[in-house]
Amino acid sequence: MSATTWVKAGAASLLGALAISGCGGNDDQSAGGEAKTRVIVSAAASLTEALTSCQREIDGVDPKLSFAGSDELAAQIRQGVKPDVYLAANTKLPAELAREGLVGDPIEFASNELVVAVPADSEIDAIDDLTKRDTTIVLGTKEVPFGSYARTVLSRLPGRQSTAILDNVRSEEPDVKSAVGKLLQGAADATFTYNTDVTAAGGKLKAVKLPDDLQPIVAYGGAVVDGASQPQAAMSYLDSVTSGACERALRDAGFGPPPAP
Amino acid sequence: MLTFLVLPIVAIFLESSPGKLISSLGQPVVQEALWLSLKTTALALALILGVGTPAAYFLATRHFRGRAIVITLVELPLVLPPAVAGIGLLAAIGPAGILAPIGVSFSLSTAAVVIALTFVASPFYVRQALASFGAVDATVVDAARTLGASEAEAFARIVIPTAMPGLVAGTALALGRALGEFGATLMFAGSFVGVTQTVPLAIYNRFSVRFEDALALSVVLVVVSAAILLSVKFVRGGEALGGVGGPRG
Repeated sequence: MSATTWVKAGAASLLGALAISGCGGNDDQSAGGEAKTRVIVSAAASLTEALTSCQREIDGVDPKLSFAGSDELAAQIRQGVKPDVYLAANTKLPAELAREGLVGDPIEFASNELVVAVPADSEIDAIDDLTKRDTTIVLGTKEVPFGSYARTVLSRLPGRQSTAILDNVRSEEPDVKSAVGKLLQGAADATFTYNTDVTAAGGKLKAVKLPDDLQPIVAYGGAVVDGASQPQAAMSYLDSVTSGACERALRDAGFGPPPAP
Repeated sequence: MLTFLVLPIVAIFLESSPGKLISSLGQPVVQEALWLSLKTTALALALILGVGTPAAYFLATRHFRGRAIVITLVELPLVLPPAVAGIGLLAAIGPAGILAPIGVSFSLSTAAVVIALTFVASPFYVRQALASFGAVDATVVDAARTLGASEAEAFARIVIPTAMPGLVAGTALALGRALGEFGATLMFAGSFVGVTQTVPLAIYNRFSVRFEDALALSVVLVVVSAAILLSVKFVRGGEALGGVGGPRG
């Protein structure tokens, strides 16, 4: 790619960052005049685009969204941070928090597909290509769901193949956005992440599908945080995620329905 | 106000106990982070001192068109958000950066950490060094030159000793900034145990895994930072006392 392209991309990122920070300070509502209850939502980074797109469409609820790795958000809740809703990229973390009495009964609201994400012009088109020397791979940390799913996939591969792939890992990223950023900037050749992240990157990335026998079950779980300041509005928000405006936004972004029990 | 500023630091010490601290610091992951931080910060400081000292001296003693602009540009990383520094480094010298076509590209390596630290920390040193060199009495330097000292001798025996307190203070500030660097490192160099995961990145990573480890590493950073601050105060005090007599008389 040419130098000017990247100067432009850099400038665009800067402008984007400014635009986002500008929105953050803006508290008034764009649509209608009815009072909406503010609900603080801590959500997995992979939900960023979908949940941002539906945030103005929920009756009576004005969500304040905060995105990070599901494990970081869970650690914050364990340290006493009280958002109203917690949405994770697995079902394990909400279940753990529920057992610890920190969140209410968890529900499953979406599923996703783990893929190998590579730049659109990459020559990588099978998982075996990741074993080649000089392939730079980034993974999520062991704790963040997308990193833990990736390790599940690797554990299902023959030992030599998974060792070769792990030897090519150059960074362990705290959330999907950070890993995808490394791919977009050319710092890495491949990462294991969700199909929806590839869709959200709008043509800059492509997905290498995993064979069925390697594909882990990726289910998203969520719950109302115990002691939430707005429990009712929090419930309305969760309803919107399971069967309302945000459910539609999730499907549009490529998330599947929750796996059948 | 004082309570607000001090309480979080006190809390870090209250939450950790010496026993937990020692067991956390004994962990390989934690030790690798400490060792990597030490190594990368030392390398960054060597670069900053090696290049920053002559550059600051040049800027302090030469007057040319656009000098004010150059100084402002050198100081810019001081106020730059670390995330912007990370993006900038990627766009400039990342694998797809503007210098990549001529073979200059870094990322996800220890070298990239050193570059990130150097980028964010160097203005802290250069700024102080510039001010200190600027305060050296030019007539004394001229006198030494008239008496037969070469430019290098005058620099080594008059300029450096006179500016020393400021140089030390600048070094300490740059050291503190480099040691605490997080955002630019994560974006530009990534996070990998033993290669690019410095102490601040390890704190962020351990936060969700073992809070005790994050606390232990935080304790280490607080202690080191406090030591740096105290040493700056000490040197500054010496400067105030020594500035009256000194080699100028």
